[in-house]
Amino acid sequence: MMILFSYLIFPGFLFSACVGLIAGWIDRKVTARIQWRVGPPWYQNFVDIVKLLGKETVIPRGAAKLTFLFSPFLGLLSAALVATILGVTVRLPLTSFAGDLIVVVYLLIIPAISVIIGASSSRNPLASIGASREMKLVLGYELPFILSIIAVIIKSSGGIQLGSILNHQINFGSNLVSWSGALAFIAAIFCMQAKLCFVPFDMSEAEQEIMAGALIEYSGSALAMFKLTKAILLYTIPLLLVILFWGSNLAPLALIGKYIALLVVVILIKNTNPRLRIDQALRFFWGPVTALAVIAVILAIIGY
Amino acid sequence: MDLKLKALTKSIWVFHAATSPCNNCDIETLDLLTPRHDIERLGIVLVGSVRHADALLVTGVPNYKTKERLKKLYSQAPKPCLVVAIGGCACGRIIFQESYNSPCAVDEIIPVDVYIPGCPPKPEAITAGLVKLIKKVRGEK
Repeated sequence: MMILFSYLIFPGFLFSACVGLIAGWIDRKVTARIQWRVGPPWYQNFVDIVKLLGKETVIPRGAAKLTFLFSPFLGLLSAALVATILGVTVRLPLTSFAGDLIVVVYLLIIPAISVIIGASSSRNPLASIGASREMKLVLGYELPFILSIIAVIIKSSGGIQLGSILNHQINFGSNLVSWSGALAFIAAIFCMQAKLCFVPFDMSEAEQEIMAGALIEYSGSALAMFKLTKAILLYTIPLLLVILFWGSNLAPLALIGKYIALLVVVILIKNTNPRLRIDQALRFFWGPVTALAVIAVILAIIGY
Repeated sequence: MDLKLKALTKSIWVFHAATSPCNNCDIETLDLLTPRHDIERLGIVLVGSVRHADALLVTGVPNYKTKERLKKLYSQAPKPCLVVAIGGCACGRIIFQESYNSPCAVDEIIPVDVYIPGCPPKPEAITAGLVKLIKKVRGEK
């Protein structure tokens, strides 16, 4: 019962979706203010979701029906599960189970995979272009992301448990203030931008060139599922980075401040950069960012 | 009035369907999205795919080719889908009525909800038309 409650309501689905939608509003509002506009009201993203749930869901002719409708749920379920694991860990660090960091890393790839599956089953050429770009992007950012997490694991003396990483940081200070931690953090911020599918790494959903790319054939409640998944990820991934790198003080107010600081970084990167081509993004992730993460790992082994 | 329609009026995602216009109406429509007229404060966003659209903004006089495309676009859009005819051409074909390549007006192909006349209509006029559309969906006068 308690598990169901925490999955569906408090740190899980409902709570993370609400926080994510409000964070999405902050993103839209800040973007509007940067462009000297007024921007939408705070409830805009909630209204969008309610509207999409009330609309017709069109299934294109020739699409694989089951896969097409199932893949949005796949992404949403795994994103909500990550939100639950992280939320419970922040509240009660001692209840986390061994190896939950690995589970989180695996589950965070599933939303991207669900986008790829859904786009491939929709029988649209633009969607398949979007799917192939998403696939290449996943290959690109997973390597530096996992390397920077390995740096954190080495720093906290081999703990692959979120609770033990938090404990280590509470005892010895945040990972962020050491050299290796800082470098890994920078690499992880770029990976976070790509995981959230924001500019400059939004080539799988490039609105101007391939319409909505991977999501082009989705409408109604299936599209609402994808929007909710995006919202939950916008809450989850910054929270994961705070836990891994910046976890020395996780009192509620400090946690909110750190989350908003990371959100502002994401929004600023989003608003000051043009979209990269997929080959440029791949070169970027396998070149400088991976190099940064490798240096971080080496420094962590040496002990800096 | 139910929640579904209320949410629809608060977040209309528009799809720009240009059926062989002279581009003046398109430029005025895009003006709506610029910082000066900022239509996003009403929740109106331009989307790239017709599957995400709640409203079609139709500009221009349909000819034999775009007529079929417009019919197809309307059938592809998920219902409820609203249609806004922008400019004199889309409203009633003005000077192209007798033209050899103009088979019919927009409202003979798909049901139009709001007509915004003008050649081209100013962004203010388009905003006023969209507000009328919202009022019509809500059933207000």
